[in-house]
Amino acid sequence: MSVGKNITRTEGRSKVNGSAKYIDDYHYPNMWYGKTVRSTMAHAKILSINYSPNFDWSQVVVVDYRDIPVRNIVAMIFDDQPLLVESVVKHVAEPIVLVAAPSKELAQKAVDHIEVVYEALPTVLTIEEALAVKEKIFGDDNIFKQYTITRGSVTDAFQSAEIIVEGTYKVGHQEQLYIETNGVIATAEKDGSFVIQGSMQCPYYVHRAIKEIFGLSDEQVIVIQTVTAGGFGGKEDFPSVVAGHAALLSRKCGRPVKIVYERGEDFVSSTKRHPAIIHHRTGLTRDGRLLASEIDITFDGGAYCTLSPVVLSRGVIHALGPYKCPNVKISGRVVATNTAPNGAFRGFGVPQACFGGELHMEKIAQTLNISPVELRRKNMLKEGDTTTTGQQLSYSVGTQEVLDTVLERSDFLTKWQQYQQKNVSDNKRRGVGLSFFYHGGGFTGSGEEKIKGKAAVQLTTDGQVCILTASTEIGQGTKTIFRQIVATELGVDTDLVTFGETDTSKVPDSGPTVASRTCMVVGKVVQMAAANLKQEIARNLSAKLGCEPGQIEISNNQVSYPNSNPINFQEFAKEFVKEHGELKTMAQYSSPPGIKWDELNYTGDAYPVFSYGADVVEVEVDLDTYEVKILKVVTSSDIGKAINPAMAEGQIEGGTVQALGYGLCEEVVWKDGKMINNRFTNYIIPTALDIPEMETILVEKPYPYGPFGAKGLGELPMDGGAPALVAAISNATGAFVTEIPATPERILAALEAKQ
Amino acid sequence: MNIKFTVNNKNYELEVPPMKRLLDVLREDVALTGTKEGCGEGECGACSVFIDGTVVNSCLVPVCQTNACQITTVEGLSNGELSKLQQAFIDYNAAQCGICIPGMLVAAQALLDKTTCPSRAEIRTAIAGNLCRCTGYMKIVDAIEAAALAKE
Repeated sequence: MSVGKNITRTEGRSKVNGSAKYIDDYHYPNMWYGKTVRSTMAHAKILSINYSPNFDWSQVVVVDYRDIPVRNIVAMIFDDQPLLVESVVKHVAEPIVLVAAPSKELAQKAVDHIEVVYEALPTVLTIEEALAVKEKIFGDDNIFKQYTITRGSVTDAFQSAEIIVEGTYKVGHQEQLYIETNGVIATAEKDGSFVIQGSMQCPYYVHRAIKEIFGLSDEQVIVIQTVTAGGFGGKEDFPSVVAGHAALLSRKCGRPVKIVYERGEDFVSSTKRHPAIIHHRTGLTRDGRLLASEIDITFDGGAYCTLSPVVLSRGVIHALGPYKCPNVKISGRVVATNTAPNGAFRGFGVPQACFGGELHMEKIAQTLNISPVELRRKNMLKEGDTTTTGQQLSYSVGTQEVLDTVLERSDFLTKWQQYQQKNVSDNKRRGVGLSFFYHGGGFTGSGEEKIKGKAAVQLTTDGQVCILTASTEIGQGTKTIFRQIVATELGVDTDLVTFGETDTSKVPDSGPTVASRTCMVVGKVVQMAAANLKQEIARNLSAKLGCEPGQIEISNNQVSYPNSNPINFQEFAKEFVKEHGELKTMAQYSSPPGIKWDELNYTGDAYPVFSYGADVVEVEVDLDTYEVKILKVVTSSDIGKAINPAMAEGQIEGGTVQALGYGLCEEVVWKDGKMINNRFTNYIIPTALDIPEMETILVEKPYPYGPFGAKGLGELPMDGGAPALVAAISNATGAFVTEIPATPERILAALEAKQ
Repeated sequence: MNIKFTVNNKNYELEVPPMKRLLDVLREDVALTGTKEGCGEGECGACSVFIDGTVVNSCLVPVCQTNACQITTVEGLSNGELSKLQQAFIDYNAAQCGICIPGMLVAAQALLDKTTCPSRAEIRTAIAGNLCRCTGYMKIVDAIEAAALAKE
């Protein structure tokens, strides 16, 4: 059985010998290069755009909003974001004019000869300014969207609470920082259709975006994903912008146009993780049982709505964490500011909510003077319990297992006690921190029902089975695990299963590659398509042989049927295709039975299943410099089933490091609405030396409706790293840092506040 | 200017602007696109190549400095058959999105060339100039360690 084995990466060879072709590796002889003129103001009226007479404009093409034939939008939720600014810029780096030229240098020269003259308008740059309605930049209250979740009555419960703990927590922006910047090549065909190639997570999002801009039919737009080097959410919706721009330029110059962002440009213009302010007020019994939880969370959406309502929705649903509490009120909103729109980033609202929630649990434990473990054990969700939205957890709840394993392997309690009493030296302090968290797999609420993701498998002339899906490989292992799922379902060797080109003219819409849904949701659809293929083969063969379909068996790479020796699957498949043609079977997602979601009241089954995690981080803090060295990280993750354990570990380790970067060092620095540290030199992500050895524990509590028991995995490891790190700093030094990243300055300030 | 150098044991004579980045010359004029650009300022290491046996960030090297030099890129690490190091990267799932891998392999090869049995700490130091956003580095360190042992 292929599932559960460490099959090596499908495209591994091409990634180690330099032959994998990313978008910037493509070159067409007649291709031009596109560049973007961007706003230098956060909020301003455009008075004029001046094209210098000192430049020969006949060598290039120039595009502005007037070149957009149908709709000047980046198609997403509200359709409020223009593809190119018409009269008012709402954030720094907003695209205004596009240029294409035969060389990158000439395109840049043209950009340098374009001057935009502005009249400044008042700005709203922070959550605080947006909530105070310093200026109205969206509606009457600057609020894109708000949600409230209510359960029981917090008002009554606070009255009977023996103790009330309050806290406010703050997180800043985080950049996805895929090492390959955004890039697209668009080719306008003579008949008005387009071929778009590029680095992206969601080919069908780009497909829709191009259709809307140009008023085209499904068939007139072909989107092909090239090898994509990381997304982390940053290539969910943003490639629609780059593709739209390249398509406009290509149409105007009549050639393929390549736009590949430089690093600094990618930093300032693309989406980031939403900053947030999270306030908790919690009522408990003196021994630490949760009675009432009131949570208020505000996200900064940036200048346009993009995916913010969905980020908010996931954030509020996860705000309490994996705990039981009979009385809950969670209020959340996402506000508009004059900063580049924030969007999808691995975790999608949960890392923010989880940082607030888990650090607040640490504060409660310290206030009650009980161990962080005891507090978790007393309140954790178990099988049969009900979540904030009233969802009963009837299967696949690995809360106890992840907590038990992480504590055992990290020796948490011993260290936690030891570090409280004595420490390493006068100027070095060690500490350990714990976090405990969950992450809903797939789209929120009825999202998956609306998407109804499709996938197919096809028997090919060479006797192989080809997977047809729009789920993309972005490094996380889609190609490999889907092949393992199909091989196992069909009973054939993994080598016989191939992964078809990610091209919208060839693959069905499986829905986007987001929301920890690729393995759990689309993987299941792929498995169903393979099961359908098996059935079709049996039906055809049994009709021919005059036996029952049930008498046909495919296993161990062989096809067996009555009164004959088993035959090799590939040989059989070649003959079968010769006779019947390339057999293709489809499948489509349907929700597990009994799933109900009330969108209006925000109650019911928010997700078909949750994945669970627990992290322990051990640190050493230098009391002279307040630098934090991470000494050890242990994670435990209940992911249902690891289709490929090595790849699952790779995802968890990579996600955990992003989470530690979020907690420790990754900070976007702003000045007048402009990101001023838009370089690798000053936006710091962890290197191999910043990260210690990690222990990664996989817990498998099977999800009955996932492929071979698998549930969501990709985002879970992003949730718990930051609060565990900050709790460890507290254990080490007593400094309770409430805002991340926990820079030396913030640690020092927290220590001073304590004294 | 006219420049002569060797890339992956093959001789080239090119007419290129002297200040053109070696990275661009390799990718555009020599048509070897395995070497990648991640930041363009020497911070990420994705563009690492060997010049006369020394690892450099090719985005920081003007091509005029490389006349008569021997350059090795990721494409030159194997002769059709993968090297032990490359195979270990596959076996240990060290590559995810893959964009940092060409530079990572060059940095790791430089370590293996001078150290027979590096510790994990030495491996981490050797690749500290190569940023990876996918793996958390564990599997990369595992792969380099395994390749070092396989060399024996």
